[in-house]
Amino acid sequence: MYPEDFRYTKEHEWVSVAGAVGTIGITDHAQHELGDIVYVDLPKVGATISQGGTVGSVESVKAVSDIYSPVSGEVVEINSALADTPEKLNENPHGDAWLVKVKLSAPDEIKSLMSAEDYRKYIGE
Amino acid sequence: MSQPTADLKVTPLNSVHRKSGAKMVDFGGWDMPVQYSGIIDEHNTVRNAVGLFDVSHMGEIEVRGPEALNLVDYVSTNNASKLKTGQAHYSGLLYEHGGFVDDILVHKVDDDHFFICVNASNQEKDFDHINLMSRHKATVEYASERYAQIAVQGPKALATLQKLTRTPLEQIRYYWFQDGEVADVVARIARTGYTGEDGFEIYIAPERAEAVWDKLLDAGQEFGIKPCGLGARNTLRLESKMALYGHEIGASISPLEADLGWIVKFEKPEFVGRAALEQQKSEGVKRTLVGFEMIGRGIGRDGYEVYIDGAPAGWVTSGGPSPTTGKNIGLCILPVEAAQVGRTIQIMIRNQPVDAVIVPTPFYKRAK
Repeated sequence: MYPEDFRYTKEHEWVSVAGAVGTIGITDHAQHELGDIVYVDLPKVGATISQGGTVGSVESVKAVSDIYSPVSGEVVEINSALADTPEKLNENPHGDAWLVKVKLSAPDEIKSLMSAEDYRKYIGE
Repeated sequence: MSQPTADLKVTPLNSVHRKSGAKMVDFGGWDMPVQYSGIIDEHNTVRNAVGLFDVSHMGEIEVRGPEALNLVDYVSTNNASKLKTGQAHYSGLLYEHGGFVDDILVHKVDDDHFFICVNASNQEKDFDHINLMSRHKATVEYASERYAQIAVQGPKALATLQKLTRTPLEQIRYYWFQDGEVADVVARIARTGYTGEDGFEIYIAPERAEAVWDKLLDAGQEFGIKPCGLGARNTLRLESKMALYGHEIGASISPLEADLGWIVKFEKPEFVGRAALEQQKSEGVKRTLVGFEMIGRGIGRDGYEVYIDGAPAGWVTSGGPSPTTGKNIGLCILPVEAAQVGRTIQIMIRNQPVDAVIVPTPFYKRAK
């Protein structure tokens, strides 16, 4: 369920790094806890984000949840398809429902995040 | 199986919810299911077929005695003397200053016996309030522990419930009730609800709740019945513009300000809150409750500020996605002069004004 090559935050985001770019999303556990996701708010391309800072929000029928960035850097791409199909976040949160891609400004930050094994333990699976 | 937090109150169906994997939340001090299969799925099931809700957290107060009617009529805004035996109505329990203690359902069981269904988190307060106001020959009984309440709601509610009772349900009109049996359990069967659909709310002994719940699920299986949580209950009632205490109504909002003038009967000689409401009426009611639909991207939610022409004008009382209409809808309190259908307003969503438009309500009305 939780890809081994991702790194995870305590706030239930993931990041997958390829070269200088990190792809960010929310975990399956997060989408399950939120329930039906009906709205996604993402930053603009070019925005600077920092580790632990807000990078956007997702809304379920019931509530709004902030998304905290696992890494620092500059937003180079956003998943604009989610504007019309936010329900994809319930269906495939580790795949085509990624949120943003970030050009990493501090690649070492990854070391502070959890491995898949640690994350599974963290959420009690 | 997880256990509820120790200090939360539980309904007689708590272990059923937990066994069946419902997502549980702390709802005003009660450990309640917010969803089973998902809020949107449950919502649509109620609109199209039938859903089952545990609403045993709701409170019950019984008023009996030769002056039971006088007391009920005195503490509530609607005209209880117009009720016939077996009839129920929606009403308000007010403070002298005109704000809500609670909104209630009054059932006339007999000339000297009224059965009142009240909100879970207000039940002790309501009981104390009625007692405090009483100068009548009537007893006020806190009866919540004696009742579990299950709501069967949706176009297939009647067909589902009819399988389990000899009471001819077709003959119970909307907002009437009959005492009978459901699955061989003594039950008060009321054709009431909080979803905007046809349906029934049944009051039974708590120790029989689990058996009745299971039998209802079996009876409704052929119609696709699903257990539903408080999440769907909220989206369903919002589409139907039914008030929720603490949102559309509360101690600082009067019925006249909440577009609930129809439950205030000034032709009655006296009732608690009357003087304040009369004053409000003669001075002109200054604010009112209206519905809106989002135009811009975003969801206006409970508590968000509403702006008109760049200035703060009111607030969202309840808001969220509407599964039936596919729109993002809400209710808000605005100055009366600003509350015209068709007017564009702005909802402040995370410090950004987002356009919405005032629309007629309810957002959804079932075909009769």
